[in-house]
Amino acid sequence: MQVMTDLFARIFGDGLSPLGLLVAGGLTMALVMALVMALCAIVFTWAERKVAGFIQSRYGPMRVGRWHGVLQPVADMVKILGKEDIVPRDADRPLFLLAPFVIFIGSLMAWAAIPFAPGFIAADLDLGLFYIFAVSSAATIGILMAGWASNNKWSLYGAARGAAQAVSYEIPLALACIPVVMVTGSLNMNDIVVAQQGGIWRWHFLHDPFLFVAFLLYFVASIAEVNRGPFDLPETESELVAGYHTEYTGMRFAFFFLAEYANLFLVSCVATAVFLGGWQPLFGPVFLPGLVFVVKAVLLVLLQMWLRWTLPRLRVDQLMHVCWKVMVPLALVCVLGAGIWMLATGQAG
Amino acid sequence: MSETATGRGWAAQDVRRELHSELLEINMGPQHPATHGVLRLLVRTDGEIVHGVTAHIGYLHRCAEKIAEGCDWRQWMVYTDRFDYLAPINMNFGYAVAVERMLGVQVPERAEHIRVICAELQRIASHLIAIGTFGLDMGAWTPLLYCFREREEILNILERLSGGRMLYNYFDIGGLRFDAYDGFERDVLAFVNIMEQKIPEYDTLLSYNKIFIERTADVGVIDAATCLAYGCTGPVLRGAGVPFDCRKDDPYSIYDRFEFDIPYGEGEQGAVGDCWDRYMVRMREMYESCRIIRQAVDALPGGPVKAEDLKKLVKVPQGSLYTRTESSKGEIGYHVFADGGSKPFRTKVRSPSFSNLHVIEKVGPGMMLSDLVATVGSLDIVLGEIDR
Repeated sequence: MQVMTDLFARIFGDGLSPLGLLVAGGLTMALVMALVMALCAIVFTWAERKVAGFIQSRYGPMRVGRWHGVLQPVADMVKILGKEDIVPRDADRPLFLLAPFVIFIGSLMAWAAIPFAPGFIAADLDLGLFYIFAVSSAATIGILMAGWASNNKWSLYGAARGAAQAVSYEIPLALACIPVVMVTGSLNMNDIVVAQQGGIWRWHFLHDPFLFVAFLLYFVASIAEVNRGPFDLPETESELVAGYHTEYTGMRFAFFFLAEYANLFLVSCVATAVFLGGWQPLFGPVFLPGLVFVVKAVLLVLLQMWLRWTLPRLRVDQLMHVCWKVMVPLALVCVLGAGIWMLATGQAG
Repeated sequence: MSETATGRGWAAQDVRRELHSELLEINMGPQHPATHGVLRLLVRTDGEIVHGVTAHIGYLHRCAEKIAEGCDWRQWMVYTDRFDYLAPINMNFGYAVAVERMLGVQVPERAEHIRVICAELQRIASHLIAIGTFGLDMGAWTPLLYCFREREEILNILERLSGGRMLYNYFDIGGLRFDAYDGFERDVLAFVNIMEQKIPEYDTLLSYNKIFIERTADVGVIDAATCLAYGCTGPVLRGAGVPFDCRKDDPYSIYDRFEFDIPYGEGEQGAVGDCWDRYMVRMREMYESCRIIRQAVDALPGGPVKAEDLKKLVKVPQGSLYTRTESSKGEIGYHVFADGGSKPFRTKVRSPSFSNLHVIEKVGPGMMLSDLVATVGSLDIVLGEIDR
């Protein structure tokens, strides 16, 4: 945001009041983030198909756009925009219409606190990490709204599962980040990244064994948080037809899709910033920070896709078992262990 | 607002009315990805727990048994194709054996060997689909594509044999419609070599995957007594630990000449007769089928593929006979009644999936919704054969 306000200040000089600068900068940044989200969805839908194709010994899209179907997402978007926007007769209309946007907004808001590069962060909040977890859980409300309002029993199942899953997995997700906050002494995303300066050995996931386990916990919990395989229970194709978005068509369905891929990238971005050094390169001085950040996040996304197309899905009770009886205690052990480690190595202030 | 305010849907109902809980009745199917066709399972659930399952069938009923009364003996072969459209050769086989036994006709050696090779190839193809779609029910997409890759090879061979890729109509009363093409043995052996290497690949990817075992072991346990009570046959019965196979225990064609084992469930990962056992029986049966195919190809003689002394329009002597053969799903039985004419007087098909499916009403209550999907998947039903 600082980048944008500076830019506007340079263009308009004194022509804009500080408030005007703030509004203009904020709006531009929001637009940039929305574009990033849309871009994510476009790139990742294509990537997902190609990854799936590669894993399943087939090609994936090959026709649209000369080289390896690169324009397939565009064709899909055009198709999906042309679809009729169906609202089931007995649906709870206002909730049904609103749900996709609630999910989308929850995801969009979280992007504000992602530090892509030094200074390139929409909102440099002191509570950045906390803010991300807080607003991204709003998506759960959207899932519940969609499932309930559809007036479809399968959707209701998907929504109930989705809500239970999201609420449960937020706990290990957040707990896994606490050791990092303890080490850094800050919830500010910028500070967390800056603290990892100086090559791969300074990145948080290699800080001590407990942080490494915390990173793995975060990664697993984040897959569950964004409802993807092997934790894709809310939409379980083979059980619940399509889960909470069974009844959605056209643009509203596209918003669910958009939010899914945006969330996928979001959790990977958070993992990059918190555990993998953010824009810090493997070694040497900071170099093309934005690109370094995106490459790391994309690698994490590809890893998630790899898992999705390899593993079967867990059952509901097994999912809860993994969360409450394995991951939460482990995360608590990590918090404790990281604290003891800091005391032992004299890092604690 | 008007429609929602009237409260026709439960989403819009006034929640301030007396709150009470009741079982949720939910239709799984006829259009549902987990029912493997047009099956409707009426499921009564309490949250994720299933309290009752009723299978409603009949969506694919095409009066095939009645049609038999209108066509001559050879003509009905086409309709048997359409029973189990994932294993039509096995369906053909049963009918051909039934009529040949009534006629007392001797099928030429070459035809018998090619029949066995085709039937076992078809069994592998059918099991590949069973395994792949079962993986899909568990949320594993990739094994399905691998299975289809191998099945494609089988379809190519059968296409070159018969001209069809799905419904072959290749068997005929008294033999085969036409001889195998040049290089048939080579193609079959090449496929068997590939197939035997691929089975360990499936094992690594799916069978011994920790999540897969968690999802299938001790789930949907069908014990031997239940199997016998419901008339379950095939991999469902063998999964329950009963090594019964018509190819061994009531041999037809030339199966008594080959060496092969009957895999059965041993409770390797959980209780005997769970989903994993049924799955694994199919996996091991593919090995055994490969063994049979090798022996049959080695022993493949020359000569005619049709019984010489048979007229175009066969007339079956008066009487009735029940003949059972082993299809990929279980015991497919043809009870044929002849009145001495050129048409069947009455036919009755005993379809394995029909018996296998209805056991779900016994084992379904008490399991979780996801387990119900797993159990239905592990039964490997084909609706075309259930409804006929």
